[in-house]
Amino acid sequence: MASAYSKDLLLTMYRKMYLLRRFEERAGQQYTLGKIAGFCHLYIGQEAVAVGCNEAIRPDDYMLSAYRDHGQPLARGSDAGMIMAELFGRGTGYSKGKGGSMHIFDIEHHFYGGYGIVGGQIPLAAGMAFAARYRNEDRVTVCFFGDAAANQGAFHETFNMAQKWKLPVIYICENNRYGMGTAIARTSAVPEIHKRASAYGMRGEAVDGMDVLKMYEAVKDAAEYCRAGKGPVLMEANTYRFRGHSMADPANYRSKQEVEDERRNDPIPKLREFAMKQGFGLSDADFESIEEEEKRAVDAAVKFADESPEPSVDELWRDTIVEPGEEDVRPRERVLGVKVTNWPKYPSGQELKVTWDLEPRAEAEQADKKAGLSR
Amino acid sequence: MRDSSSEPTMPELMYREALNQALAEEMERDANVFLIGEEVGRYNGAFKVSQGLLDKFGSARIIDAPISELGFTGLSVGAAAVGLRPVVEMMTWNFAILAMDQIVNNAAKLRHMSGGQLRCPIVFRGPGGAGGRLSSQHSQSLEANYAHFPGLKVIAPATPADAKGMLKSAIRDENPVIMFEGERLYALKGEVPEGEHIVPLGKADVKREGTDVTLITWSRMYYFCMEAAEALAKEGISVEVLDLRTLRPLDEEAILASVRKTNRAVICEEGWALAGIGASVVDLIQSQAFDDLDAPVVRVTGLDVNMSYAANLENATQPDAPKIIAAVKKVLYREGA
Ligand SMILES: Cc1ncc(C[n+]2csc(CCOP(=O)(O)OP(=O)(O)O)c2C)c(N)n1
Repeated sequence: MASAYSKDLLLTMYRKMYLLRRFEERAGQQYTLGKIAGFCHLYIGQEAVAVGCNEAIRPDDYMLSAYRDHGQPLARGSDAGMIMAELFGRGTGYSKGKGGSMHIFDIEHHFYGGYGIVGGQIPLAAGMAFAARYRNEDRVTVCFFGDAAANQGAFHETFNMAQKWKLPVIYICENNRYGMGTAIARTSAVPEIHKRASAYGMRGEAVDGMDVLKMYEAVKDAAEYCRAGKGPVLMEANTYRFRGHSMADPANYRSKQEVEDERRNDPIPKLREFAMKQGFGLSDADFESIEEEEKRAVDAAVKFADESPEPSVDELWRDTIVEPGEEDVRPRERVLGVKVTNWPKYPSGQELKVTWDLEPRAEAEQADKKAGLSR
Repeated sequence: MRDSSSEPTMPELMYREALNQALAEEMERDANVFLIGEEVGRYNGAFKVSQGLLDKFGSARIIDAPISELGFTGLSVGAAAVGLRPVVEMMTWNFAILAMDQIVNNAAKLRHMSGGQLRCPIVFRGPGGAGGRLSSQHSQSLEANYAHFPGLKVIAPATPADAKGMLKSAIRDENPVIMFEGERLYALKGEVPEGEHIVPLGKADVKREGTDVTLITWSRMYYFCMEAAEALAKEGISVEVLDLRTLRPLDEEAILASVRKTNRAVICEEGWALAGIGASVVDLIQSQAFDDLDAPVVRVTGLDVNMSYAANLENATQPDAPKIIAAVKKVLYREGA
């Protein structure tokens, strides 16, 4: 029986999930060593969501997230060393050490940031999707947020606009069942987040977020739907974080049993098992060699971060206001000397033709007529 | 009616028409520019600033937003982060309080948080200030709130010509710009140069030269200051009126130059006294030009109370020419102060 998936795709997903896991384990360790400070929210357990999603979209689709934001850029292909350096507060980090764990940005890979205000990134994503339509670009935006963020006003205000204006944006609610220490059911009138889409006549669906292939299929389908101009999608990825909310959280609000049960659902061995059965002749050794490579990559990332200098103090005065003629920063070029070729360049006003009709005149007049109004 | 002499005259426009002209010209020039806000399109703007623009530019560029201040503000910030140049109309700044998270936590910080990777070229504009007996929720001067944040520029033009020239600059600026218009200024007329008229941000303007005292102000209070200056001139007191126009960054050079010339200063602002912008101006003057001062700097501000509906209480709450005149006399050690 031929597999529905290529060997390459399965191994790439395995590699990336393993990288995310290993990176976070090392980050947690470096936190306890005092190398990383502030809040540090680990993604362990949720890897299938970011990785399945990333493989289902295009490299130049926009993506953004909340403060649990190490996993998504790694899935996109960002440099592990530069993310680690950011966590260490070093000048070689993606944001020169000014953002830290909660604010990873890698524009070259179209990762538009981690945001620290719960739900604050939800409207931004609609804006990026809006821009794509405005410029007639065939691009979708993916926005990650937590279950607790679904109770913010930003969620509701944005969904109303996104659906009304048919914006090509996929909202992926990573429902790990807790907002900090509070179980979602304790604070939510409707804890099945995807059902809330119906309030806006919007497509909503639940996906097993512990299964990378289910995520991959669901996002692929949603992206097609968005690109066809059918509007936004709310996808609820049911997942679980194996660790506390942040490194400062011992997670006493959950039973040992609950965590143990969930750990049996680990998406990484699950994919390995699946891949072994696909008739590609894969052996344990194949996976072990991938793991070895990624371990070494993360070790190198830690070493790079550790050996990097702190930002110079005059950096304080940069990157707040754009001074006339000031260039934007291409971090990989600055830090690693890697030539950046896919830096986004937006059309100037003269080149741009806006052909989109947000509210077609005929439609609007129809609505007025219905309401008994004339213009 | 104009006389028909050959002297070239500038057209007189209302403040709102000057803004309209700036918007239309910038949207013509750059298709990345769009306007979004409540009632900006088919209703032609709550204060008619966007009159006629929907017909000219269509519904993708003149966008009627739902009453979702946080939502459409955040949407616009996202659009700016990937290269569009949104102009967000706040029906008034009082309602923008609901959107403050997006302005402050996102627009002002995108560049910083991304270590210089992102820029956020966006204008948030709308009327501020009191007048018209709208009571406390509709009568606030909130400039100081925004001027507090690094990453934002804050402007508040007083005249139609400045309104046009500064809005054009704001739209071309690569940073988030907060523009306070005067709710009571929209119908005010003044000469406005046609076409490419640019007033740079960050530059104050000596609107009236004088030698005895500097009156520092912006937006609607500028008119009370001019009224006070005219009245004082009749008593032989020569007042310089400095219109700050931009509140962040402050034009420190212009403030210090004027104070060094007149040796006395009065600051007039509509907003509250505590932690007001005037407090920062006083700090600047006392730390940089203390030796040039002949008297302590005096502030005339809105009273530190919420705005009342009753006409007499509303008037008593705000600065006016008599209060400014009294303040000027105080720094001059004149009678009655
Ligand atoms: C507006 C706001 N309120 C409160 C917080 C503090 N806080 C940080 S994370 C968090 C829980 C959010 O949980 P959820 O959205 O489900 O995401 P998860 O951490 O589960 O990924 C809270 C309350 C915040 N950062 N922002």
